[in-house]
Amino acid sequence: MKIHEYQARELLAQAGIPVPPSRVIESAKAAAEAFKAIGAPVQVVKAQVFAGGRGKAGFVKLVKSAAEAQAAAEFMLGHRMVSVQTGPEGIAVKKLLMAEAVEIAHEYYLGITLDRTKGTPVVIASAEGGVEIEEVARTKPEAIIKEHLHPHLGLQPFQGRKIAQKLGFTGKQQNIVAGIIVCLAKVFLQQDAGLAEINPLVLTPQGEVLALDAKVNFDDNALFRHPAITDLRDDSETDALEVRATAAGLNYIKLDGSIGCLVNGAGLAMATMDVIQLHGSSPANFLDVGGGVKAEGAIEAFRIILSDPKVKGVLVNIFGGIAKCDLIAEALIKAGTEVGFRVPVVVRLEGTNVEQARVLLAAAQKQLPTMQTAVDLNDAARKIVAATSRA
Amino acid sequence: MAILVDQNTKVICQGITGSGGGAFHTKGCLDYGTKMVGGTSPGKGGTKDVNGLPVFDTVAQAVTATGANATMIFVPPGYAADAICEAADAGIGVIVAITEGIPVLDMVRAKRYLAGFHGKVKLIGPNCPGVITPGQCKIGIMPGYIHTPPTAGKKNVGIISRSGTLTYEAVWQTSSLGWAQSTCVGIGGDPVKGLDFVEVLELFQNDPATDAIVMIGEIGGTAEEQAAAYVKAHVTKPVVGFIAGRTAPPGRRMGHAGAIISGGEGTAASKIEAMRAAGIAVADSPADIGRTLLEAVRS
Repeated sequence: MKIHEYQARELLAQAGIPVPPSRVIESAKAAAEAFKAIGAPVQVVKAQVFAGGRGKAGFVKLVKSAAEAQAAAEFMLGHRMVSVQTGPEGIAVKKLLMAEAVEIAHEYYLGITLDRTKGTPVVIASAEGGVEIEEVARTKPEAIIKEHLHPHLGLQPFQGRKIAQKLGFTGKQQNIVAGIIVCLAKVFLQQDAGLAEINPLVLTPQGEVLALDAKVNFDDNALFRHPAITDLRDDSETDALEVRATAAGLNYIKLDGSIGCLVNGAGLAMATMDVIQLHGSSPANFLDVGGGVKAEGAIEAFRIILSDPKVKGVLVNIFGGIAKCDLIAEALIKAGTEVGFRVPVVVRLEGTNVEQARVLLAAAQKQLPTMQTAVDLNDAARKIVAATSRA
Repeated sequence: MAILVDQNTKVICQGITGSGGGAFHTKGCLDYGTKMVGGTSPGKGGTKDVNGLPVFDTVAQAVTATGANATMIFVPPGYAADAICEAADAGIGVIVAITEGIPVLDMVRAKRYLAGFHGKVKLIGPNCPGVITPGQCKIGIMPGYIHTPPTAGKKNVGIISRSGTLTYEAVWQTSSLGWAQSTCVGIGGDPVKGLDFVEVLELFQNDPATDAIVMIGEIGGTAEEQAAAYVKAHVTKPVVGFIAGRTAPPGRRMGHAGAIISGGEGTAASKIEAMRAAGIAVADSPADIGRTLLEAVRS
């Protein structure tokens, strides 16, 4: 789960990390008022969106007057932001953050994430801040500092000092930065984060160290024990069909292609998407219906898939292990009758009671004329790609 | 021979009375012939579960009473990491954690706890279908009947997979093409897990009953790349693979908690390339895993 910059800044500030005060505004008029209230001669207006690339897209602006602040806010709230991460349609901006602009002597990168290989969280730090850390990792790997958290002890104070020293800090500043790093690690562990990032952490000409941006993502598996974090959820940038699917207990991710997928099992669902591409088309979605494929689940799954205007056909791929294929076939037939298969649907079932399932599907041919069956996944992909190319 | 579990393995089910499916799948294992000897459910010790098996409050009691040396965990996600640790503490040697949705940091801590047992405890999972040695022992939720026990005249394939139903596809294909399976290990879809590809590859390489190995991976992390390096250096038996997620978009969690391309790392392309460079035949289509195995063994 993601949270906005303003929420992450609040979280870090509460933990004792130096974050410049900011205001969140939702109208151009409020931007002018906020400018006066903040009072600093130069301020920054930042769109609060999850997608990256704000700066390049013109959605982070320095302003020198209330009028400029209002104009910037009007632009950002009135235009969809288009960046490399949003796709051509862009996203609507509803909230802006305003803060005093800070003079920057140096920018640093500070982040904590899971090191999957070592099986424990790791602090990643660099004196090359302000840019994408992956860029630094690619071009200047020697500038990356890594320090692993002990799975039980977390990040110890001496490790914070070690990192601060490697970043080039000395004296009092070294202690302050060490403290910030340990604080960030505490937030990461206490809140079950997946990522906690300050980029840039800045050193001002006056010697102050401040977090100028903040990004925190949370482990979805742990949200059950963080109701306050869960309350921060903002689904406005999530695709409406995905929100609907989550509410129905379906694991659905919308993609760009034309062939919808309905599969049981995440690995098999990914493999089904892959085999569609292998045969010359592209998947419209990922959908794992989970263990038992019941009629209600299948009906809602089909409704969601068929709500996507790009979908020209659907590939159903179910391996019935504990779940029986004949019951699955009945669920699919019921869904087809209820929802209406207005596009080609290819069904490939395998596993328990598959022969009975095939009989049922053959019998349903008349009422579901756009439905075909397939013997294996290659056959299924070939058939659906052919059926949708004819359309 | 096989690996990890065999006809002598005695299994308990932690969470046997809960709503997570413990009792249902315990029955499935019993029906397959697994020596399911009891279960645990804190507070319900002294009762019997719906299958008639004794229920204990603690794993330690269960082990003392039944001699169990393996466990199948269906405990809900908020308590499952603790269940894993409890099993290790009680002397269980093989822990199969079926539970999906365990917080990552819980697994980080549990894994470190298990390391203190110096190799005496093997964890499989979590978020996995389990492990099965066909004809001998099934610990998990996989459909037993699709597997082929070692038979005279058949070669045996060992399967390692991060997926559930995709593994059953591979089992189905290999069985249909006349192979048996020595053991199938579902290592699960989570980012922090017990045994990974490398550890299971080593077990299969040293197992006289395994003639070839199939590894099924997916996007996320670098375990397959590490496995490829291990195969190149240490595995002499034919290895065949499939990687799911060529079409997965970056940054999205594709069902499994561990199936996410992050910071450019963990792409299917990178895994396939590493595996092919190590001499592993990688099927392009999931429907061709069985065929690829036949060809690899022939050549």
